[in-house]
Amino acid sequence: MPEWIRACAETDIEREDLIRFDHAGSTYAIYHAPDGQFYATAGRCTHEDVHLCDGLVMGHLIECPKHNGQFDYRTGEAKRAPVCVNLRTFPVKAKDGLVFIDVD
Amino acid sequence: MTTATIPVGQRDYSLVGADSRRAVEIGLASAEWYHSQVPRAVMKDLMKRTDGPAIRDTILWFALLIGGAWGGIYFWGTWAAVPFFIVYGVIYGSSCDSRWHECGHGTAFKTAWMNDVIYQIASFMVIRNPVTWRWSHARHHTDTYIVGRDAEIAWMRPPRTLMNFLAFFDVIGSFKSLQILLRNASGRLSPDEKDFIPQSEWGRTVFAARVHMAIYAATVVTALWMQSWLPLFLIGFPRIYGCWHMVMCGHLQHAGLAENVLDHRLNSRTVYMNPISRYIYWNMNYHIEHHMFPMVPYHALPRLHALIKDDLPPPNPSILDGYREILASLRQQKIDPEYYLRKELPPTARPYREEFHNLDIARPGT
Ligand code: FES
Repeated sequence: MPEWIRACAETDIEREDLIRFDHAGSTYAIYHAPDGQFYATAGRCTHEDVHLCDGLVMGHLIECPKHNGQFDYRTGEAKRAPVCVNLRTFPVKAKDGLVFIDVD
Repeated sequence: MTTATIPVGQRDYSLVGADSRRAVEIGLASAEWYHSQVPRAVMKDLMKRTDGPAIRDTILWFALLIGGAWGGIYFWGTWAAVPFFIVYGVIYGSSCDSRWHECGHGTAFKTAWMNDVIYQIASFMVIRNPVTWRWSHARHHTDTYIVGRDAEIAWMRPPRTLMNFLAFFDVIGSFKSLQILLRNASGRLSPDEKDFIPQSEWGRTVFAARVHMAIYAATVVTALWMQSWLPLFLIGFPRIYGCWHMVMCGHLQHAGLAENVLDHRLNSRTVYMNPISRYIYWNMNYHIEHHMFPMVPYHALPRLHALIKDDLPPPNPSILDGYREILASLRQQKIDPEYYLRKELPPTARPYREEFHNLDIARPGT
């Protein structure tokens, strides 16, 4: 059973940007893609223990603020060194102006 | 300006030694660093990628390279070739470093393949294995001047001033770099390299070294066949006769400043420079700013500097002033290796993060 947690309002994230979301001792990154879709990944980079929330969203890529490693935040795929390990992704749905994440 | 000492003993700069283990134990490794406050919207604007400035600069870069090479070849054997080789040497042997650096970060161009192409060319020019140095530089940003963690500490203590200043014409360093490439090309990585390069990348490290060595071998064969030094003056030697500007700027980055701190305002230096040097160095004179926010492209660093300068120590007003400061600090470090230069912050700045200064970072024997 999915466990949908309310993460934020749709308007909390500008298009082509992300925010940090903390829940039950875990941290996530919620993205608003240029096409209006929302996505969610684990909050911390897989290279080192750095949160992605200060990073740069470019199209469907998130660039880590520490060493500029990149992931495709739709799939979590590592796209640019020094990141080699993929990022975990989580299902997201937007409803009634709110964004929900399935953290299960 | 005030001075300070960090209570440390003998240093072990290897990445697999006592200081490396100690840095991990006490929380200096992979730690959270201080950074100035910049609103997210402003930072997003500063980080924005664009191809325009780097394409313009790269067209000029290739034009200077081709023009310098043309003049050097045309006037080869006469004094008229000298000015051409001076230009060619600096563009090849010095600005390769900043192109390697910015394209390695992936911030120079918006288009990824452009960063990659220039990164590969510049790595070859500066005699650096493009795979090794991508990883060593990531470590340099994680653990800037943390003893035993940072593979790019140029000024180890006690300082070897003569050796570091001989690097202005980097015969020894270039041959050492070639030795490393040769070792990599033969399939071997050092323990330090194995420490910071993930195992999945070791094969690529060896392959890149073989490609570089093959080009150098072809250049030497051509020189022998032509019975002329000219091919070597065009490929390889510029790293020796033209690297002085890279070394001059490189020394300014961290020399005489603190080790084992988590605040780039204590271990990095921002220096105002003339526009020609800033073109060659791609604005890395804003070095504190670059370390605090490595995602900001070189062309946006002056804007970032204007924004946060009230939170930074005053920049050195010139290259000469930077060297005066460095030499004074190095003289002290010769006597007392614990010495470092601690610059006064303006009243508008937040205080230094310096909890580690007062720790007894005990090492074996201390
Ligand atoms: S911490 Fe994310 S790329 Fe290094």
